[in-house]
Amino acid sequence: MTVLTGEDFRQFVIAMAGAITDNAERLTTLDSAIGDGDHGANMKRGFDAVVGDIDVLAEKSFAEATKAAGLKLVMTVGGASGPLVGTFFMTLGKELPEDIDRKSMAAAFATATAAVAARGKSERGQKTLLDVLYPLHAAIAAGADAAGMARAAQAAAEATIPVKATRGRASFLGDRSIGHMDPGSASVALLADAAARVWAART
Amino acid sequence: MNVGIVIVSHSPLVAEGAAQMVRQMVGDEVPLAWCGGDPSGGLGTDVESIQQAIERAWSEAGVAVLVDLGGAETNSEMAIEFIGEPRASRIRICNAPIVEGAIMAATEASGGASLGAVVATAEELSPQ
Repeated sequence: MTVLTGEDFRQFVIAMAGAITDNAERLTTLDSAIGDGDHGANMKRGFDAVVGDIDVLAEKSFAEATKAAGLKLVMTVGGASGPLVGTFFMTLGKELPEDIDRKSMAAAFATATAAVAARGKSERGQKTLLDVLYPLHAAIAAGADAAGMARAAQAAAEATIPVKATRGRASFLGDRSIGHMDPGSASVALLADAAARVWAART
Repeated sequence: MNVGIVIVSHSPLVAEGAAQMVRQMVGDEVPLAWCGGDPSGGLGTDVESIQQAIERAWSEAGVAVLVDLGGAETNSEMAIEFIGEPRASRIRICNAPIVEGAIMAATEASGGASLGAVVATAEELSPQ
């Protein structure tokens, strides 16, 4: 069992924001192919805003900080990704106990993923971020180490390439959405990789 | 009191233009507000701006929200959740084209129709 604190949350946020910043251009390029070309800039704006609040967030409990960061993302990311990614973190924060172990993390992660599905009226297999969240949850629940979680997320993002989008802006393109990685899935894989590294260093 | 109308577009120009058409065709009998653009002023939608637009158009009879593409709907749902009960259940998002839907909804609202009737009128424009 691991007690994660607000200060730990700071490390997670800095790592995740860094991953988004370093890859913002790539995310926008992916989104230009099958969406409206603002995903990288939107995600960066959101995570920059969370970093801007980090001193306040770090004084809260890990769960409260996660919830507050989710709300910040909802309010600043814009696009459809704001409510989706924001809802994930808001729900995760609401569900996490003070003492976090793999079992409670997996349970909170499952509820947060279900909340994203409800928010987006979507399900797995439609070329959305859910296509990474579900396999990532499976990896966490199965006891994968940090590298294993990151690998599972990256493989899941790559698996969206041959999928035809049936939800979100890319679905307007029909068959032409095939052959491109879903930008939301790419973002979640980046966040998972960053978070897994911090998790590995902490536990 | 008449049902209020809120227009949420990715583009402030589209939202404002649709609102102008409502005003000209329906008049001032209906509380009306619009918003558009993401938090940094680009194309997109913004939860806080949507909340404020709903506040401006608030009516005890309820508010019908017209949206354009996906993110406008998702962000509007989020805004309604943040406004919370008891008002949230009197705010409805219409599954209707934004310009025609706004005009049809406002026309229905200007005659004193209920929120349900206003939403149904706008949604008649969408193929089922």
